[in-house]
Amino acid sequence: MTTEPKFLPLGDTALTVEFAETIDRATNARVIGLDAGLRDAAIDGVIESVPTFRSLTIHFNPITLDHATLTARVTVLLAHPFDAISMERTWRIPVCYDGDYAPDLSDVAEQSGLDPLAVVERHAQQPYFVYMIGFLPGLPYLGDLPKELDLPRRKNPRVRVPPGSVAIAAGLSTIYPYESPGGWHLIGRTPVSLFSHLQAPPSLLAPGDTVHFEPVDRAEFARLESLEFDQLKSLCLEPEGTA
Amino acid sequence: MMASLIVHQPGLYTTVQDAGRYGHQRFGVPLAGALDLESFWLANALVGNPWNDAALEVRMLGPVLEVCADAVRLALTGTKCPLKIARAGREERVPAYQGITVERGAMVTVPPLTDSANAYLAVSGGLAVPPILGSASTLTRAGFGGIDGRALASGDVLHLHDDCEPDGPDLQLRDDVLALNGRIRVVLGPQLDYFSSASIDTFLQTDWEISNDADRMGIRLVGPQLEHTRGFNIASDGIATGSIQVPGSGQPIILLADRQTTGGYPKIATVISTDLPLLGRARPGERLRFESVSADRAIELRRERWARLRHNVARATPVLAERAINMDALQGENLVSGVWSSGDD
Repeated sequence: MTTEPKFLPLGDTALTVEFAETIDRATNARVIGLDAGLRDAAIDGVIESVPTFRSLTIHFNPITLDHATLTARVTVLLAHPFDAISMERTWRIPVCYDGDYAPDLSDVAEQSGLDPLAVVERHAQQPYFVYMIGFLPGLPYLGDLPKELDLPRRKNPRVRVPPGSVAIAAGLSTIYPYESPGGWHLIGRTPVSLFSHLQAPPSLLAPGDTVHFEPVDRAEFARLESLEFDQLKSLCLEPEGTA
Repeated sequence: MMASLIVHQPGLYTTVQDAGRYGHQRFGVPLAGALDLESFWLANALVGNPWNDAALEVRMLGPVLEVCADAVRLALTGTKCPLKIARAGREERVPAYQGITVERGAMVTVPPLTDSANAYLAVSGGLAVPPILGSASTLTRAGFGGIDGRALASGDVLHLHDDCEPDGPDLQLRDDVLALNGRIRVVLGPQLDYFSSASIDTFLQTDWEISNDADRMGIRLVGPQLEHTRGFNIASDGIATGSIQVPGSGQPIILLADRQTTGGYPKIATVISTDLPLLGRARPGERLRFESVSADRAIELRRERWARLRHNVARATPVLAERAINMDALQGENLVSGVWSSGDD
């Protein structure tokens, strides 16, 4: 049984449709389903929607639309789940788990009671689901992490996390597209750019995609790093139907 | 020769902005855009531009620009400080909220802002900046938009469009700057249940001080510590411009144009869009108090304000009107048609 969503106003310019307060696949599937339905419905006055773990935030023009009208439209959409043609894609993202690319690997190994090689194996052995993109342009929230690797964030967040850092914390994994502050454990680095403002769409990944991490050595990392956004994108994207 | 403005002094933090970069928040791309959208619109209206043309957002200390075009119209808004124009050996002061047509060689100085944190300088035809993801707005954190994704620097050349030559007389608007009267209206929530009722009362009854930690991303407030009842972490969800998040410190942060698209701190309230321009003008050290309104009331206020802005723009008068014997005939709709060419969009 699913619970009724809550309709929460964010001021006069947005409405958050909240399905739950927790992070799980069933909730996220409802978010992604409503997002697809909303975009298909092309409601006058809706500017854009932002899918997150557990809710969909709908930004609208308050001159032409209001919360009550939008809530009524969304209620109708929820009653008739949108039968989206699956756009989910599968990616193979190369990761180098070596040396200075993995400054927290030994810490993570110690805290999880595994040896570093086992941490890498656990991290790279399973598919990840893209719950949402946020915090930074192109930054994916990937789940779910194997139970053994479920650690809290670092006590001392870094002021600078290098771009391409592959990190874990709080049951999730991510990749930092830009240099930024960050409190997650850095266990590898990818040469793949996750975001290019010159591309449409600008983000490599989208909510609903599947990601596999593929361990590579430093030589392969260097080779891939020299490729353009487009070349890397086509290398990483699995052809349809092979997933 | 291509029409342009040459940057002699960049000012403290002058950026190219338009109304913002919409449609990419789902990919984590912040909106950016003018902090005080109302003043930005009025500046464009005064120079005869569509409302979303790229203009300069001037923060605290303004730039010095040289005009390299046969004739362009400029207008400064968001402040009451006058624009300084040096030309033909003379220096004149042009009031804000008034268009001024200047010729090649004129030196334009936006003075230090004494009454506002941000002002807007628009140019007839708009700044010719290539759009990135559909917008000219500068997002310095990500390094794109505007001039190479950064604030202006000395020696920059701001290209203008070929059609920058102004039509008709310079116009003036009744100066419509609302001083920060200390009252900022909010819609409570969406995570109101993360705060005790005592903390919500405190939130609404405190004169919050704007700290020095205020930029295009947000404004940190200083006051009594707000207490969370269920911790200060939520599963990240969507944010609106004006959302007020309360991290573990218990000190609220109002999120503005360059805000992130999603966040993991509980949000106690959201500033209504009608009052966001006030926050664009607000300076560190000023105090503000929040007043709760319903979401429906917030929408009514937005619509009333929009109608009033359009009304004010339609009543723009020629700068010479006050000296003329009878300029009433010129003040009708015909004179100002085209000033607000796409206001309904």
